[in-house]
Amino acid sequence: MHAAAPAIEFRDVVAGYGEFMILNNLSLAARRGAITLLIGPNGAGKSTVLKTLFGLLKPRQGRVLLDGADVTGAAPKDLLAHGIAFVPQGRNLFPQLTVWQNLELGGITLGRRLTHARIPAVLELFPRVRERLHAQASALSGGEQKQLEIGRALLLQPKVLLIDEPSIGLSPLVVADVFRLLRRLAGEGTTVLMVEQNVKSALKVSDDAIALESGRLVLHKPAGELLADPHIERLFLGSAAAV
Amino acid sequence: MRTPLALAAGLAAAAALVALPHFLGRSGVYLLSYWVVFVVATMGLNLTVGYAGQKSLGHAAFFGIGAYTVAILMKAGLSFWLGLPLAALLCFASGIVVGFPALRVQAIYLAFATLGFNTAAWLFMRNEEWLTGGTFGIKDIARPSLFGVSFDGHRAYYYLCLAVAAILAALLYGLLRSPWGKAFTALRDNPIRAESLGVDVRGYTLLAFAIGAAYAGVAGALFAPLLEFIDPAPFSVGASIMMYLMVVVGGPGYFFGPMLGAAVGVVLPEWLRFAQDWYLFVFGAAVVLLMIWLPDGLLSIPGRLRARREARAASAARAAAAARLDGGGR
Repeated sequence: MHAAAPAIEFRDVVAGYGEFMILNNLSLAARRGAITLLIGPNGAGKSTVLKTLFGLLKPRQGRVLLDGADVTGAAPKDLLAHGIAFVPQGRNLFPQLTVWQNLELGGITLGRRLTHARIPAVLELFPRVRERLHAQASALSGGEQKQLEIGRALLLQPKVLLIDEPSIGLSPLVVADVFRLLRRLAGEGTTVLMVEQNVKSALKVSDDAIALESGRLVLHKPAGELLADPHIERLFLGSAAAV
Repeated sequence: MRTPLALAAGLAAAAALVALPHFLGRSGVYLLSYWVVFVVATMGLNLTVGYAGQKSLGHAAFFGIGAYTVAILMKAGLSFWLGLPLAALLCFASGIVVGFPALRVQAIYLAFATLGFNTAAWLFMRNEEWLTGGTFGIKDIARPSLFGVSFDGHRAYYYLCLAVAAILAALLYGLLRSPWGKAFTALRDNPIRAESLGVDVRGYTLLAFAIGAAYAGVAGALFAPLLEFIDPAPFSVGASIMMYLMVVVGGPGYFFGPMLGAAVGVVLPEWLRFAQDWYLFVFGAAVVLLMIWLPDGLLSIPGRLRARREARAASAARAAAAARLDGGGR
């Protein structure tokens, strides 16, 4: 690990699906222990950045670095070992399994003993989830499910947490809880890379913001600076370069 | 409350399985042994299909490989006790090979790929007369003995099959309860989600086929001495479809599904023989009706009843809340 290197770095990354490239020579960097928010219009490549970083999509060109180490093309299993965890968009629990079983599955790369040792600390963060430990995951409310998903990722004690649209389908109160938790994690040294449509709320808890358009970086600024910009809406409608 | 009840039911079922042969004639015990063999085979298929969600229509080929391995080795003078693990091992390896298409194709395409494998294996069993005896099969397959205890008698052989089934069921139960077992379910529900948790999708897909095939191999190894004769007929594509049906009827992804499914597939046709020429029609119609009303199998009935009860209770609670609101508004 290089202390001076950014926690996450993309160098001229090209990635996409089939013949269609979503990321076009994208270069970006995210600071260690900071929350970096990825914003941009639909199709800009925000979620693709997370998928590429997590190895679900192999880059066609370019390099992906974590703490200065080249992890280009590494499989998710290996990236988890590198200390990176991913909470994808939407509902990501296994509905037929109980809360406890979902947590156990989250620690599959840790082994049973270590997973069981870490579960109580994770449940401390989510008392409502703890109360429903033996309920089927499908019986949890949307907010509880999202908390469980995040808890499952935290079992790995990740250095880098990738989180895609955490507010989807959640009430404002639950979203505020999730954002508070992310802030706390960043305070403890976790690097958070987040994609979020609820831009104004997300900027309030973020340190940096990166705007993408057509798979390219068009802006990288401190989040507070961007929040103060009266033309902020352009960021998620496109034409961010004009901001 | 549910656990002691389930434990009591399990103990009662185990006691019944031990006691039952003493109340049955030779053909009854034979049928029971036949059922146990198919329980073992379909436990494996349930892992592949029910838990891991891989569509396999080639299970009878593994069943046949297991049966022929034991028969051929025993004819060569080797012990059944060597043939049994070798059959499982050979099927495990074959399962890995057959699992490779599952890394590329899914659903119906995977079903066709496995069906192709079953056809090829069946043709091999039929045509390679020098090894398998072709359509004449292999006869006089002896039943084994262990430390001086002979399993030649129909009851003794039933208990051997039952013991093997109990051991394999316990192993599978342990596997399915572990986080690694849950990974199979994760694979079925959403491979991308599973991968994002670090589940080795490729490894688990192959393992689901390999373990399922090994169970079929053991079942085949028990099947050959049970019949004391084998030919290619019981290992055709039709048999694979029947095994798949057993898993679906019992309830894919339910641990006890294969027990019930195999009973429907093996015992029910025998019970329906009173219908003589019509028995296949009655059996087919029963299966069609079952699939219409219970697409998740017989073991989904308790869950459905519970869901219905909960929905009714939720409706009543909503109605009561609405009535309270109406009352408060006045």
